[in-house]
Amino acid sequence: MKLRTLTLGLLSASTLAFAAHAESITIATVNNGDMVRMQTLTDDFTAKNPDIQLQWVTLEENVLRERVTTDIATKGGQYDVMTIGTYEVPIWAKQSWLLPLDKLGDDYDIKDIIPAIAGGLSVDGTLYAAPFYGESSFVMYRKDLMEKAGLTMPDAPTWDFIKQAADKMTDRANGVNGVCLRGKAGWGENMAFLTAMSNSFGARWFDENWKPQFDQPEWKNTLQFYVDLMKANGPEGASSNGFNENLALFQQGKCGMWIDATVAASFVSDPKNSTVADKVGYALAPDNGLGKRGNWLWAWSLAIPAGTQKADAAQKFVSWATSKAYAELVASKEGWANVPPGTRSSLYANPEYQKAAPFAKMTLDSINAADPTHPTVKPVPYVGVQFVAIPEFQGLGTTVGQLFSAALAGQTSVDDALKQAQEAATATMTEGGYIQ
Amino acid sequence: MARAVSTQHKTIATAAAWIVALLIFFPILYTIITSFKSEQEAIQGFNLFPSGTTESYTAVEAQSGYFKFFLNSVFLSVGSTILALLVAIPAAWSMAFSPGKWTKDILMWMLSTKMMPAVAVLFPIYLIFRDTGLLDSRIGLMIMLMLINLPIVVWMLYTYFREIPGEILEAARMDGASLWNEIVYVLTPMAVPGIASTMLLNIILAWNEAFWTIRLTTTEAAPLTAFISSFSSPQGLFWAKLSAASTLAIAPILIMGWFSQKQLVRGLTFGAVK
Repeated sequence: MKLRTLTLGLLSASTLAFAAHAESITIATVNNGDMVRMQTLTDDFTAKNPDIQLQWVTLEENVLRERVTTDIATKGGQYDVMTIGTYEVPIWAKQSWLLPLDKLGDDYDIKDIIPAIAGGLSVDGTLYAAPFYGESSFVMYRKDLMEKAGLTMPDAPTWDFIKQAADKMTDRANGVNGVCLRGKAGWGENMAFLTAMSNSFGARWFDENWKPQFDQPEWKNTLQFYVDLMKANGPEGASSNGFNENLALFQQGKCGMWIDATVAASFVSDPKNSTVADKVGYALAPDNGLGKRGNWLWAWSLAIPAGTQKADAAQKFVSWATSKAYAELVASKEGWANVPPGTRSSLYANPEYQKAAPFAKMTLDSINAADPTHPTVKPVPYVGVQFVAIPEFQGLGTTVGQLFSAALAGQTSVDDALKQAQEAATATMTEGGYIQ
Repeated sequence: MARAVSTQHKTIATAAAWIVALLIFFPILYTIITSFKSEQEAIQGFNLFPSGTTESYTAVEAQSGYFKFFLNSVFLSVGSTILALLVAIPAAWSMAFSPGKWTKDILMWMLSTKMMPAVAVLFPIYLIFRDTGLLDSRIGLMIMLMLINLPIVVWMLYTYFREIPGEILEAARMDGASLWNEIVYVLTPMAVPGIASTMLLNIILAWNEAFWTIRLTTTEAAPLTAFISSFSSPQGLFWAKLSAASTLAIAPILIMGWFSQKQLVRGLTFGAVK
């Protein structure tokens, strides 16, 4: 009896000691398919790291951004790992809000990360966030409608070709719009598309001295082309369409072309949800022959806030979630098509992935065609393809987005929208001390 | 003299009431309908007849445990309501039965705090919570919910207490009732319906509060509002799953509201008819 009591006591003590030793890390993330999948596969991580427990906080993108910004700015210490994008990383790293990722392990193979993505997540050559999945933007088009229009989509189309194809494909009587583009106001909505588009028109947000450039002809050409194209060939109420709205339209066969995130390819080609799954072709984002294409670069990435008390455990998790082994784990459980795209060169060299994802090559080419450190035709003082990596951009980008959305809706003219955008940008940059 | 109401008028009024009620309830009804659709059906435009699939509910339950969020919602809404009543009953009592020179102004000032946008005090509150270790704690959030609903609770109780004739209290005093007896045997029985309806309404308000409950919690104290929020997605199809999550989140409070609708209506129409 005594022996039994002693054994039980020892067992309880060791359990308690283990529980006390086990560290719990809190991960803030968004509700994207790849992130949700990761949550279901964490048994693999906890099996390899029995002393680390994972707690998940999933939030809507804008709420997540607000929450993690509040937490990191006040050093609230609520999160040990945060899901953030290429916009936040350079700004936060410069503020010393993020820990450098220097303990990812010997077999992590940091050089395998696609250079354009790694460049967007590094400051002075140091990686501050590990990419979980990366994306660019490209043209998704209906091969059947293109054929019916008597045209062939080149791999690298021009904006003039897009206009010509849209004009021919539009058949409003049958509910087909030649082209669907983002119109919903927001720095991450219509301004992501329009900023990337403006790069291919030779426009830029600011000159080398941070002077706003909306009064220049390049911006006028961009916005006028966009508004004219959408008025002639876009869906009704386009000024309130974002990614999800256009995705729904395309999947229902109501768009001839859609220029948006490469990650959409896996949705539109999925026969379970898309009525046009077998009819979709892909091409690079359009250009105007100026040397820059209208595609962006984004990576949802895992970063560790400087305020965490559990940096080592957090880094172990980040390493696991963004490793080659994780890609293989997803492939073995759910197939290669479901592996998070756009982060590692090795994935695109894998023949099995190429077979499972017909859009793989075009995705990689699109990512490689974007250069966040030299995003525009003329020189600029900022980093970022579809955004300007300064703290003021979230507010300013959304204000300008509202003006451009109003121009698309016909509430203001293109000239007025640009004039007001110039005024708003000048006021913001003066207030921020960038210009006098 | 009672006004004669013709049958025709009655029918029109009833029909109008039904139409208005249906209009108000329709978004909730459509959410419930959408929760029984597949994602594909959900995006295909307006359709009142779902295929009846429960795949969204299965997905929602698999993705995040509903029960923990539900328990937090119950704890926070009931707890904050009890706390609010403990503070508000004495306050409303004194304002109704022995009003001072500033009573009206205090009442207005209390209400005016509801006019400020919550986001204006996000940072100060966040810092206070951080420094007192209340971030992601149920107790901290319970106090927060109590504070934001307190003005409404005080106002509702005050309005209800004012309906109780002061003469009854005087009569009780004349008969020799002590303050304690006056409160327990005279006032409380008369005030119970008012307190009950205030409590119900406050539980609903606390249950639905989505600004602070999302911003001051992470994992431990997160209630159903955080649960719903986790199903919205910037990239991908989520309408059916979001509807299923919303239906699960509102179901308990909807059922409670259904059973207590008499008290609720009474609470909302205090003093409307003298």
